[in-house]
Amino acid sequence: MSLKVPTMAEMLANGETADVLFWVGCAGSFDDRAKKITKAVVKILNHCNVKFAVLGTEESCSGDPAKRAGNEFTFQMQAMMNIQVLNGYEVKKIVTACPHCFNTLKNEYPELGGEYEVVHHTQLIQDLINTGKLALEGNQTFKGKKITFHDPCYLGRANDVYEAPRTLIEKLDVELVEMKRCKTTGLCCGAGGAQMFKEAEKGNKEINIERTEDALETNSSIIATGCPFCNTMMTDGIKHAEKESEIQVLDVAELIANAADL
Amino acid sequence: MNSIIAFALLSIGGISFFTWNVLKIRQNILLGRETNRSDNSGERWRTMLLVAFGQKKMFSRPIAALLHLVIYSAFLITQIELIEIFIDGLSGEHRVFEDALGGFYTFLISFIEILSLLTFFVTIAFLARRNLLKLPRFTMSELRGWPMKDANLILIFEIILLSCIFTMNGADEASHLLKSNESYGFAVSQFLGPILFGGIKSIDTLHVLEQIGWWGHIFMVFVFLNYLPYSKHLHILLAFPNTYFSNLENKGRFTNMESVTNEVKLMLDPNADPYAAPTATSDAPQRFGAKDVTDLTWKNLMDAYSCTECGRCTSSCPANITGKKLSPRKIMMDTRDRLVEVGEGLRKNGKDYQDGKSLLGDYITEEELWACTSCNACVQECPINIDPLSIIIDLRRYLVMEESKMPTELTGMLTNIENNGAPWQFSPIDRLNWANEE
Ligand code: SF4
Ligand code: SF4
Repeated sequence: MSLKVPTMAEMLANGETADVLFWVGCAGSFDDRAKKITKAVVKILNHCNVKFAVLGTEESCSGDPAKRAGNEFTFQMQAMMNIQVLNGYEVKKIVTACPHCFNTLKNEYPELGGEYEVVHHTQLIQDLINTGKLALEGNQTFKGKKITFHDPCYLGRANDVYEAPRTLIEKLDVELVEMKRCKTTGLCCGAGGAQMFKEAEKGNKEINIERTEDALETNSSIIATGCPFCNTMMTDGIKHAEKESEIQVLDVAELIANAADL
Repeated sequence: MNSIIAFALLSIGGISFFTWNVLKIRQNILLGRETNRSDNSGERWRTMLLVAFGQKKMFSRPIAALLHLVIYSAFLITQIELIEIFIDGLSGEHRVFEDALGGFYTFLISFIEILSLLTFFVTIAFLARRNLLKLPRFTMSELRGWPMKDANLILIFEIILLSCIFTMNGADEASHLLKSNESYGFAVSQFLGPILFGGIKSIDTLHVLEQIGWWGHIFMVFVFLNYLPYSKHLHILLAFPNTYFSNLENKGRFTNMESVTNEVKLMLDPNADPYAAPTATSDAPQRFGAKDVTDLTWKNLMDAYSCTECGRCTSSCPANITGKKLSPRKIMMDTRDRLVEVGEGLRKNGKDYQDGKSLLGDYITEEELWACTSCNACVQECPINIDPLSIIIDLRRYLVMEESKMPTELTGMLTNIENNGAPWQFSPIDRLNWANEE
């Protein structure tokens, strides 16, 4: 089944309006692993007939890594340009699969003139299930498996979203096992604050390895995340532990899309 | 009469010196930049009641929280007895509340005694934990020297203070028994009194002992009070305003720098005249980010004075856990030490004084700053809502925007964002390619 990915420009040309804008983000657009997550989100949106659109080539980096690195100029340039585009299309609601974009758009754009309702994809999917648009009853794909969820810092602590991803995982008839550090005490994967783009400072361990050990302790066969950067870090950690044949790192959207047979 | 004068002099001296120090701290905190924390007072009171008064965040570590709660409640409830001591001291009376409160007085003093006895044991447990157990969070390098001594001193003061209370009540009990064969009936001293002082059969000696306890107690109260401004123990007072002025926004939200907003707006405005004189919004051009404590906000500075050096932040910091130099506790301690230094310098040498040092560089290194993942674990863990992350980010901003100093990979990342709208070298035209790839 091919994906339907309308852009805002196309919608406008057809005299249509989108109910929600899907903010794909740089990782979701360019990173090979993250693109799969993007597609899983689109499959779910398509399946539920959500009237959504993307900005396509009109989207640009949200500016998050620049801001966390300390370059407020670059951040605000990006933010203002994005806001011009978003306001031009009169966007009201945004969904994104990247907690970093989520945080910036939700918390830092309003003051610069960009006020939208911003949700994380796990929240939107939960909504689709709650309103009966997406049914997962009787799915067997992951039945009985042990799954652990790694809280992305910018979803959890930064914005207090802990339950939406967990509710989704519990819908899969699996055993959700928490790591010893979870929710408010969850340990970072090591990618935030622009660390993704640089070597770590000198220390005695990589953060993602420390975090992967937490996940391994749960004996789960799947590590679920809700962030493309956490996904990369945990995947690397699993490779380092030479467990890639036993343990998968998947985004919650991928779990749901698989379970719903999309 | 003489004792009333002595007491009054001690009180005036103790309170004045304390006030003088508090005013200096206030002056230092106000060296910080403005930030608005006066909105939403309902939510602020609620936060203060829950977090400071209610100790809510302490309970993520239940054992330590429980032990701390004992000391904390003893501290709060003893204030009632302290009021009595003040009235007694200034009026020459003895236990003025006793007649007025009757049976409730016995209950109250008993309650205080039980909490004090528990506190005595907890204090010893805390001393043992710090000095024998060698928990990593109490033996890290930033605690070497004064901070370690400071922590022990407070505990020792507390033990002396409590010993005075029990000497006072115990000797009083023993002499009461001797005089009238009747006990005060206070929960602890009715047993402790006879055990410690039962052998003494002279009312005068017992009276002297009680007086030693009484004066020792009040003297230690003033020692303690005046030690606070020099100690991490200031948190027992500052925890309240510090939580009241907490950041109420989502933790992920970083401030947008207004000065930058103005410039960016100009750059994006096609009608702006690039040669126009900059509008005079503020007279002194502010630095981008923070190099020294005076570039931080007053709330950052209040945070620094409130920090109790418990290390909960550092023990949850992913960078620190994995052996990096960064320790959010050290960020707070450095900020305070530097602020004290700057404040002293300004008071001694006038308001334009510069000592050629700065928080960034002389106290906090770039290596520490770049190790932060901005994960907010430190902010989450801090029992009194201190925010080390916002200091880290402001120092980074200075490095990047004023000095263009950053790890080379980040320079590349920023150039990519500026040139092609993504942190990697991909062309913006390819942004939607994923939709058609298999
Ligand atoms: S925000 Fe930075 S300093 Fe605070 S815990 Fe995370 S990595 Fe450590
Ligand atoms: S910042 Fe908070 S958590 Fe960290 S040492 Fe100070 S009081 Fe403790």
